[in-house]
Amino acid sequence: MSAPTGTLAEGHRPAQKKKKSAVAGTLYRGNEGMWSWVLHRITGVAIFFFLLVHILDTALIRVTPEAYNAVIGTYQNPIMGIGEVGLVGAIVFHAFNGLRIILVDYWSKGTAYQKYLFYVVIGLWVVTMLAFAPRHLINVFSH
Amino acid sequence: MTTIQAPRTPAVTRRRGVNWEKWGWIYMRASGVLLVVLIFGHLFVNLWVGDGIKAIDFAFVGGKLSDPFWKVWDTLLLWLALIHGANGMRTLVNDYATKRLTNGILKWALLLATVILIVLGTLVIYTFDPCPAGADPSLVASFCPVAN
Repeated sequence: MSAPTGTLAEGHRPAQKKKKSAVAGTLYRGNEGMWSWVLHRITGVAIFFFLLVHILDTALIRVTPEAYNAVIGTYQNPIMGIGEVGLVGAIVFHAFNGLRIILVDYWSKGTAYQKYLFYVVIGLWVVTMLAFAPRHLINVFSH
Repeated sequence: MTTIQAPRTPAVTRRRGVNWEKWGWIYMRASGVLLVVLIFGHLFVNLWVGDGIKAIDFAFVGGKLSDPFWKVWDTLLLWLALIHGANGMRTLVNDYATKRLTNGILKWALLLATVILIVLGTLVIYTFDPCPAGADPSLVASFCPVAN
């Protein structure tokens, strides 16, 4: 059995600045796995707080049509319109990366390909956002 | 106080009963797959089709929520998403709120917010009247008797 690779301290990395060191790629920290985890947490928290607000604003349909229209109208101004691109971007990342996590958990080759799956997530995110963002921004700014 | 056990103390065998942590783990994945479909559908219909966000008003929501299909869709969204989100937040609270009191307060707040919003949201979906009596006829869905 080889020595545990995840326990090397930062200072003990071989001093190779240009070439990737032998340790690179065996450490979890700083690589695709860590960044997908960080982004999953940040997007998750953002979506959760939006969800709390979104349930409350939709509940206004039970008050009066005027109350609901007043609040939903604030979602239609340009600043909120740009914010909605961020919200949808967070949701789309969280969705695709969540599917990546499921593949890592259940697919026998998931852990071996987790790094490549992260770039698949990024690729799908770009394609989805290209389909959404221009159309949404046209709606926000031209109607 | 945390006591440090003597070396080679045998691992504590888990108490019998339901393994809630395991079912929570499974729930995150099962609900996650469903939420990808439900939320992408929700965003497609509300933000992509037609004039997108500019078309959303009381009449738009009234039209959607008078259809049993969207009532079920939105109910599933509400329950699955809020429980998924609250359970995810519970994970973060357990990771970062290391003080017992803070940890407890945050988790009770999460539970309270989740229960209140699920009850509120469910009541709204099933007691909602798209054509409320005395409403401004220009603000309600076109199928309402008073609409103009």
